[in-house]
Amino acid sequence: MARALIHMPTTAKKGEVIEIRALIGHPMETGYRPGADGRVVPRDIIRSFVCKYNGEQVFGAELHQAISANPYISFFTIATESGTLEFTWEGDNRFAHSEKMTLTVSA
Amino acid sequence: MKRAAALTLLARCAVAVSAAATTAAMATAAPAPAAADERRSGSEFMSASTQAMQRDDTLNPGMLWISGGEAQWNAAAGKSGKSCASCHGDAAKSMRGMAARFPAFDAASKVTVNLAQRINICRERKQQAPALKLESEELLGLEAYVALQSRGMPVSPPNDAGTKASAARGKQLYFQRIGQLNLSCAQCHDQQWGKRLAGSTIPQGHAAAYPIYRLEWQAMGSLQRRLRNCMSGVRAEIPPVGAKELVDLEAWLAVRDQGMKMESPGVRP
Repeated sequence: MARALIHMPTTAKKGEVIEIRALIGHPMETGYRPGADGRVVPRDIIRSFVCKYNGEQVFGAELHQAISANPYISFFTIATESGTLEFTWEGDNRFAHSEKMTLTVSA
Repeated sequence: MKRAAALTLLARCAVAVSAAATTAAMATAAPAPAAADERRSGSEFMSASTQAMQRDDTLNPGMLWISGGEAQWNAAAGKSGKSCASCHGDAAKSMRGMAARFPAFDAASKVTVNLAQRINICRERKQQAPALKLESEELLGLEAYVALQSRGMPVSPPNDAGTKASAARGKQLYFQRIGQLNLSCAQCHDQQWGKRLAGSTIPQGHAAAYPIYRLEWQAMGSLQRRLRNCMSGVRAEIPPVGAKELVDLEAWLAVRDQGMKMESPGVRP
């Protein structure tokens, strides 16, 4: 199973609003459910998601227990300049994953 | 408990309706068993948002499994050092329509096998790799990746004697009452589809979208997992994953779905 899938345009016009969709495989275990042995399964969730556009944060989200497994986040940003978008997910048990996508902006 | 009560209630309603002869009762009578042109995919019974999730690959969480499956397709495994692609090449060409023809009778082992079991046969015999665990993330990924190549194609079960015999056994199981609730598959999915079972609509039980991402599971699952779910719902004895009865049922469902469009990777509530 792939860890994360990101869908966004690879090219855009300067000033264009682009949609970015980020899907990540993660169990998002709430910490409230008992396992087969009756004991509560320890919490294991993603706590934060950040998108940086050429180093500057353009989007961020805090995730909590009520969010389903394999969380999907969709958001918009304005294409200002060509460069790299870096996506970072961080969570319990030192979970960390990041992906990079390049965007070419034309005038 | 609630579910059991609802099921019993449904069974009772069916008796009451069929006994009544007034036109009012006829208007609310259960639809006749789904005829060929009345067949509707389970996706038609879903909410608009779940339908959108299935329709759009960028929303469909099943694509996580599929991209894993694609990576496995191209990765060497076993003593042979070969990948699936070493023999089959580009899956988009070689696997086109493949999933629509399963389950199928395997002449070498003389049993009918489903797609997952067929993948494992290839792994063991050709790749000389250990079989993947049924229902594992890896096998579901490969299965879904292969099934994706048949999307939009009609379900076309093979016509050989072995597969037909399997489907005939499956048909018998489909109409056989099982479990403490004493219900057959047909009683819900042929006679009561479109009605509610607690909060959810009873679909017609077509299987052309498997493996599916089920929101309740929060994961991908096979048709066998779904079948075992239903069997647990009617409190019947549940055959183990990969059991002959389940493959027979799958073979019958393929015959029942013949000509319907493959939807994999489906999303279901």
